[in-house]
Amino acid sequence: MQSARHSTPMNPATTLPTILAIAWLLPLAAFALVWVGYSLPQMAGGRASYGAQRTAGWLATGAIGTSCVLAIVALIIWLTQTAPHEVATVHETAAAHQAASEHMASPPTSYSGIYYTLAQFGKLRISIGYYIDALTIAMFALVTLISTCVHIYSMGYMHEELEDMVDREIATPDGNYYHRPGRYHRFYQYLSLFSFSMLGLLLAGNLAMVFMFWELVGICSYFLIGFYFERPSASYAANKAFIVNRVGDFGMLIGLMALWSCLGTLDFGDSNTPGMFSQLRSEAHQYELDAAAMGSESADTNYLLLFVAGVGLFCGCVGKSAQFPLHTWLPDAMEGPTPVSALVHSATMVAAGVYLVGRCYPIFVPEALLVIAIVGAITLTLAATIAITAYDIKRVLAYSTISQLGYMMLALGLGGWAAGLFHLITHAFFKSLLFLCSGSVIHAVHTNDMRQMGGLRHKMPWTAYTMLIGCLAIIGAGIPALGIGLSGYFSKDAIIEQAWSFARVNESSGYQLLMWLPLGGAFITACYMFRLWFMTFTGMPANTERYDHAHESPRSMVGVLVLLAVFAVGVGWHVPGSKLSVTSLLERARPAGTLETTTGTWLPNLTVPDEHLSHEPQIAIPAGWSAFAMAMGGLLLAAIIYVWRWLRAEEIQQSFSPIHRLFVNAWWFDQLYDWMFVRPALWKSKFFAGIDRYVIDPFVNLLARGTAFLARALDLVVDRKAVDGSINGLARLTWDFGNSLHRLQTGNLRQYVVFIVVGLLGLFAAVSLCWKYALAG
Amino acid sequence: MPILASLLTEPIGVAHYMVVGAVLFVCGVVCMATKRNALGILMGIELVLNGANVNLVALGSPYLRGESATLMLDGQLMAMFVIVLAAAEAAVALAIALNFYNNFGSIDVDRANQLKG
Repeated sequence: MQSARHSTPMNPATTLPTILAIAWLLPLAAFALVWVGYSLPQMAGGRASYGAQRTAGWLATGAIGTSCVLAIVALIIWLTQTAPHEVATVHETAAAHQAASEHMASPPTSYSGIYYTLAQFGKLRISIGYYIDALTIAMFALVTLISTCVHIYSMGYMHEELEDMVDREIATPDGNYYHRPGRYHRFYQYLSLFSFSMLGLLLAGNLAMVFMFWELVGICSYFLIGFYFERPSASYAANKAFIVNRVGDFGMLIGLMALWSCLGTLDFGDSNTPGMFSQLRSEAHQYELDAAAMGSESADTNYLLLFVAGVGLFCGCVGKSAQFPLHTWLPDAMEGPTPVSALVHSATMVAAGVYLVGRCYPIFVPEALLVIAIVGAITLTLAATIAITAYDIKRVLAYSTISQLGYMMLALGLGGWAAGLFHLITHAFFKSLLFLCSGSVIHAVHTNDMRQMGGLRHKMPWTAYTMLIGCLAIIGAGIPALGIGLSGYFSKDAIIEQAWSFARVNESSGYQLLMWLPLGGAFITACYMFRLWFMTFTGMPANTERYDHAHESPRSMVGVLVLLAVFAVGVGWHVPGSKLSVTSLLERARPAGTLETTTGTWLPNLTVPDEHLSHEPQIAIPAGWSAFAMAMGGLLLAAIIYVWRWLRAEEIQQSFSPIHRLFVNAWWFDQLYDWMFVRPALWKSKFFAGIDRYVIDPFVNLLARGTAFLARALDLVVDRKAVDGSINGLARLTWDFGNSLHRLQTGNLRQYVVFIVVGLLGLFAAVSLCWKYALAG
Repeated sequence: MPILASLLTEPIGVAHYMVVGAVLFVCGVVCMATKRNALGILMGIELVLNGANVNLVALGSPYLRGESATLMLDGQLMAMFVIVLAAAEAAVALAIALNFYNNFGSIDVDRANQLKG
């Protein structure tokens, strides 16, 4: 499976794991240094100075920056040292695809191995391993790059935390704002820990390690959402995120157990023992999914186990990627600082769910893929509808993130492996750009409410126009006839094409919906993104006081915005003069056997089409144009309402007030969960607390009182009377006996002599008697 | 009294000496029990000790008991010890008597009842 070009001195099988391991561990080192150097002293009561806190920031940024350089080196090594996989070329026509199909059935280049074995329990080996393929390399470069950008951006954004901070969200009882020492170093500490965990998740060679780092990114997310933990809303949001994720992780554990108990391993690749992928899609079986590998007697049971494993794994992804019905935590997670929202809650961590589905793609049966597609379709529509009514700039972006994650899940579920992961990568760039732009705006006007903004493009042009690029990228702006566009154009078109292709091979009306929902979603996406941009940057300033104080952000922040904008524009493009692009890189990692058109076993009319079929002109052209039309339609609608003001938003709200209420309240999901889970849980705990207080406590108290009474009775009867009485009686007896003897002590010497003589005679008599009878006799 | 009668008829032996020792002992005890003068009591003690000494010497004598039954020199040695101890005891007792006289102006033992219970 390795490159044929072994003549070069650099062997990627050994260099890549080393380079990526260093890139992975550097942020951990930064975390440890900041913890030992800054957080520990602060816990002991010390206070880090301004300069020292700055150093902490530079330390963390340096570490992740070096990781980024190493990741790019790894990418270059990968591109130059490994032979392009046969599937790598994107086939323009079906004919070419057919011709190449002979070569398709070979697994992609990957390197897997073990850094360190943590423990071995019988068959179960828990190890820190690696599985490196083109997807790992691409994601590594993506995460380190965005993380570096966010680290640099935060130096400007978090500068208030350098010295004593006044939190204007919290009023103390005496009417002032809450004062506290700055936590700049702690922010960087958590960011470093997050980077380490996220990179570990990408590098992981087995699902057990994935799960460990899955939980680590979860706890980092908890720390970062709760960064302003003095605010009740922030600590509430942090708890909510953590608890909702546990629900998903429960399903994930079930999936892991199903896989492990059937396959006896959780390794992705083969190292000494065959991994999951090669067991489930063996070469002998033409890389088709072989349910018999699950080892049970009946074929139905095997299939059911595979389905359970797939859906279980997906449950974890539903939690982490904020899919319906566990999407409610992500909007609240915006309580964290904005750079965190950009890095953790839009670009990387929430995309980990999509990544995991993509990574474990070989184990999903068509029915499990259908579940993924349906959940994705529901999520993307639901979140998009909520986003059009939100006024909080970060909440709009949060719902947009949920919606875009829904797109990715939908694409993966419909068989568009490369489309989904390609959208993950492009989305990471433009969504982190959008979030950092919104952070720049919030930094300038000190509010999240878009109704308080307006006209800001005059005050902060760099932010405004980089954000415009981000908006254009997310709606998939491009010119279908020329085939040029921003990054989102390529990735979103790939998804719509795949949906179109899926709808063409599956006739039933329910499956048609899986095509119409993403198309409708494209319309709504354009509508709410440009609503956001128009409300924030165009028109008259809504609040002149805030407008007057607004200013362009410092150079470190703007520089990052420009860099990300460049990526948001160009990440979907081919490298000039070659066939190399993100798509072709991803194609090199496509799991073996997943490019076949497959049909379901339980649902025979379910067909998951070959992804390359979606590039055929009769699909790609109508799909591309309809996506284009939808996006332009949404943009126009936003312009009509918010620029030309032919329609007034208030009037539309009036005429569609029930629907508006539904959207504004986020479909009442929070209220529903409150009624379904939170309140019953509270009632139950109150009930049991009542039992505790009014039944168990009195019972225990009664027992205690009874014991005390018994003890007092025993004290009176046994201790005082029997024990004390006997001891006192003995003492009195001894005393009386001694008293009666003292009369013998007359002091008369002669009398003593008589006593001696009489005693002697008595003894003599007694001894003679004893002698006679006892001894002599 | 057949025993006493046989004593008178038999040749001198251990039993005769023991009778003498017993007489001396009883004399001493009576002396101790009746005398109020401390020096008299000391004399009684000497009599009691010497009564015992007579017994010891008689029982240890090979002439009286025959070679086979003898205790060899043990009896005599014991007697020597008793004499030495008696001398030491007399010295101490006389010192006590002198002190007693200094305190009470008398050596009447009936007045030495300070330790009565």
